[in-house]
Amino acid sequence: MGNEAIAMGAIASGVNLVAGYPGTPSTEVLETVAKRAPKNVHVEWSINEKAAMEVAAGAAYSGARVLVTMKQVGLNVASDPLMSLSYIGVKGGMVVLVADDPGPISSQTEQDTRTFAMYSKLPVFDPSSVKEAYDMIGEAFKFSEKYQTPVIFRPTTRIDHGYETIDIKEEFEWEKHEIEGFLKDSSRWVIFPKLSFINHAKIEKRNSELTKVLSEYNGNFIEKATAKYENSKVGIITHGISYAYLKESFGEEHPKILKVSTPFPFPEELALKFADGLDKILAIEELDPVLERAMLMTAGRRGLNIKICGKLTGEIAPSGENTVASVNFAARKFLGEQTEERAALPDIKLPIRPPVLCAGCPHRASFYAVKVAMKGEKTLYAGDIGCYTLGNAMPLDMCDTCLCMGAGVTIAQGVWRAEKDRKCFAFIGDSTFFASGITGVINAYYNGADITVVILDNSTTAMTGHQPHPGTGKTARGDVAAKVSIESVLKGIGLKTVETVNPLDFNKSVETVRKVAAEDGVKAIIFKSPCVAIHKSKEKSKVNPEKCIACKKCIRELGCPALIMRDGKAYIEESLCVGCALCEQICPAGAISGGRTNEA
Amino acid sequence: MKRSILLAGVGGQGTILASKLISAAAVKKSIPVKTAETIGMAQRGGSVFSHVRLGDNASPMIPPKGADLIIGFEPAEAARHLMFLKDEGTVVTATAPVYPVSALTGGAPYNVESVIEYLKANVKRLILVDTEKLLAEIGNSKVLNTLLLGEAIRSGALGLTAEDIMVAMKELIPEKLLDINKKALVG
Repeated sequence: MGNEAIAMGAIASGVNLVAGYPGTPSTEVLETVAKRAPKNVHVEWSINEKAAMEVAAGAAYSGARVLVTMKQVGLNVASDPLMSLSYIGVKGGMVVLVADDPGPISSQTEQDTRTFAMYSKLPVFDPSSVKEAYDMIGEAFKFSEKYQTPVIFRPTTRIDHGYETIDIKEEFEWEKHEIEGFLKDSSRWVIFPKLSFINHAKIEKRNSELTKVLSEYNGNFIEKATAKYENSKVGIITHGISYAYLKESFGEEHPKILKVSTPFPFPEELALKFADGLDKILAIEELDPVLERAMLMTAGRRGLNIKICGKLTGEIAPSGENTVASVNFAARKFLGEQTEERAALPDIKLPIRPPVLCAGCPHRASFYAVKVAMKGEKTLYAGDIGCYTLGNAMPLDMCDTCLCMGAGVTIAQGVWRAEKDRKCFAFIGDSTFFASGITGVINAYYNGADITVVILDNSTTAMTGHQPHPGTGKTARGDVAAKVSIESVLKGIGLKTVETVNPLDFNKSVETVRKVAAEDGVKAIIFKSPCVAIHKSKEKSKVNPEKCIACKKCIRELGCPALIMRDGKAYIEESLCVGCALCEQICPAGAISGGRTNEA
Repeated sequence: MKRSILLAGVGGQGTILASKLISAAAVKKSIPVKTAETIGMAQRGGSVFSHVRLGDNASPMIPPKGADLIIGFEPAEAARHLMFLKDEGTVVTATAPVYPVSALTGGAPYNVESVIEYLKANVKRLILVDTEKLLAEIGNSKVLNTLLLGEAIRSGALGLTAEDIMVAMKELIPEKLLDINKKALVG
C-alpha cells in the first residue's frame, strides 16, 4: 500500500519521531510506522493535528527527524503552528504529510494542499505512484534538513490506497540519525514581529532560488514528444495520479509532457524549456488549477505567446477525481484527435448503496433512544465527524447539522442562542470529544448555554479503522497508557449532570434522556457501549415467525442492515446480527429473542 | 502476462481480501502488480471495489473496456462496473442479492431478477454462481471470497491457478480458517 511505502521510506530515512491524527486516506502511514519502526522511534496518535504538529516541531528544533501525518482537513486544525513554523524553520528534517482526497471520497472538502503550501510558503512534494512516494519521502527529509524548513508531502487517495510491487531497503541499509539536542537561542526559536520581518524576506528569496534548484530535481522532468507527435505544438503539464492516467491512455506514442512533482516552488526554468516551441498547453490536474496558474504566471512574466488551458478554461472538470477515461478524453480532444465519447453507465436502475451504521452499532440505539424520548418536541440534533454522521440516514434521521471536527457542540449553542425554545442536542464521539469537543463544552458552560451534550462513547476511533485515543488506555504501539475519563473531564469543567448509560438498554436510555434534557444549562449523557466491529458477540437475535405480526416496526424504525422481510415476516440475517437486542426491546409482539441481555 | 481484474461487492463481503489474495499470488510469481482500492466510507455497507492490474501497466485504475474479468460479490455491484469490461471479457458473479437498507425503508426497490437479466443480455461470458446454495453446503458464509476466486480460476480469465492462490492464502488467512477456505476455493 502507498501509505505503507511512505512509512517504510520514512523509517529508512532515520525518522526519530512520528505524530499524527487519524484521517482517511492518511491513517495507515502512522499505523505502519507503529508496527515496523525500531523501538527507539517515538510514535504517537496525538489528540489532534495541532498537537501532533507542535510535538513534532519541538523534536525537530532539537535536531530530530520528524514526520507528521494527517488528512487535508486536519491541516486546517494544524495551520496555526504550521504558518508560524514556516517563519521559524527547523533543525532536524521535518516532513508534514497531508493526504488529499479528490472526489471527495471521504472528506468534507476538496481543498488542495498544494495551494496551502503556496499560502504557507513551504515547498511541497507531490508523488505520482507508490514507487515514487517511497523514494520521494527520503528526498523530502534531505531537502528539509538542507533548507532548514518544514516541507509538505501530499499524496492523494490513489497513491495512499494504491498497491504496487516495489523494492524497499533492508533494515541494515536504514539510516540512523543521532539527535543533537536543543540549543538555546531565543533569537532563533522565539517568534517576534522583528524576526518574522527578517525571516519573511529570507523565505521569499529562498523560494525564488528554489524555482531554479527544483528545475534540476529529477522528480520534475520533460518527456519529449514521440514520433507520432513530433510536429505537434501541443504539450501537456500534469502531476500525481493524473500522470499515470495519461501514460496509461497514450502508451508508447505521446505528446510532449511536463511532469511536476514540486508544484511549489514551481520549477520555472524547466517549464520554460517545456514551453519552447509549443503553441498550446493543457494542464491536467486534480483539485485546484495550481500548475495551470503557475504556467500562466511563467508565460506572462516571460512574455511567451502561448495558450494555456485546463480547469480555468473548462477543458478539465473543476471538481472531483480524474479517471483514465476523463484524462484520455480531455487530452485527445485538446490534441484535435477523434475521441470516443466516455463509456456509458449501465442503462439499468441499480440500487444506491449509501454507507450505513453496522448491524448492532450502539450509535443506532443511542440515536433511537433520543428520538423516542424527544418525540413531539422542537429539537436540533447537531452531529459531528465520525461513524455517527451516518445517523443522518433514514429512518433514523438524527443528524441535522455536520460541519467539521468538534463543531456540533458549538453549533448547538448558536442555534439555541437564536431560538431559545428549541431543545438543542450535540452528538459527539469519544475520539472527536478529545480532539476538539472539550473547548466547546467549556464555552457552553462559561457562557451559560442550555444544551445537552451526548457523548457516543464506543471506546475507539471507529471510522478510520479503530485507532486508540486518550480514553482507551492504549498507545499507538499498543502499550498501556494513562486513561482519561470523559465523565471526570465533564465534571471537572463544572457540569452538574453527567449521566452514563448503556444505549442497548432501551427503556433506561429513554428515561435518562427525558430526565437529563429537562434540566437547565449544560448537561451531558454518555452512551457507553463498545464498537461492534471490535467486540463481537456470539449471541444472535431471531424472529419467531409464529409470533411476528408483520408490522415492520423493527425495519421501519431502526434501519438495521440485518433486518429484512422474508416470506411476509421480519427476518434477521444471521451473518450480520450481533445480538444487540434493540429490535427485541421495541417489538410490540415480543416476537424477537436470543440476543444479549443489556440491563445494567 | 497482462490481466486487469475488477472486484466489486458490498462492505463486509471480503472483496478487499480477495483482491489482496490475487495480488499476493501474482507477486509470488514475480508478476508486477498495481491495484487501487476504494475503501473509506464505503466499508459500512456501501459499495466497495478494487482494481487489480497484473503485468506492466502505467495506472492502477483500469481504463473503460479494459478489464478481462469482473468478479461480482453481488449482482448489482457487478452490473455497476460493466463499462470497464472488455467486449470479450468474463463476469463471474454471485447471484445472491444484498438489499440496501434504503430499499427496505421506503427508498427505491431493488429487483434482483431484472439485474440478472441485464447481465445475461450484456455479458458474452457470464458465470452465475449460486452462492447461497454453495455456501450453505460449505456451512460458512464467510468464505464467499475464496468461493468466487475458485470460480474465477476455473473460468480461465484470472490467469492464476488454485495453487497460486493457496500460497497467498497461507500468508493472509488465519491457520484455523485455511481448510474451509481451501474447500471453498477448490470446490
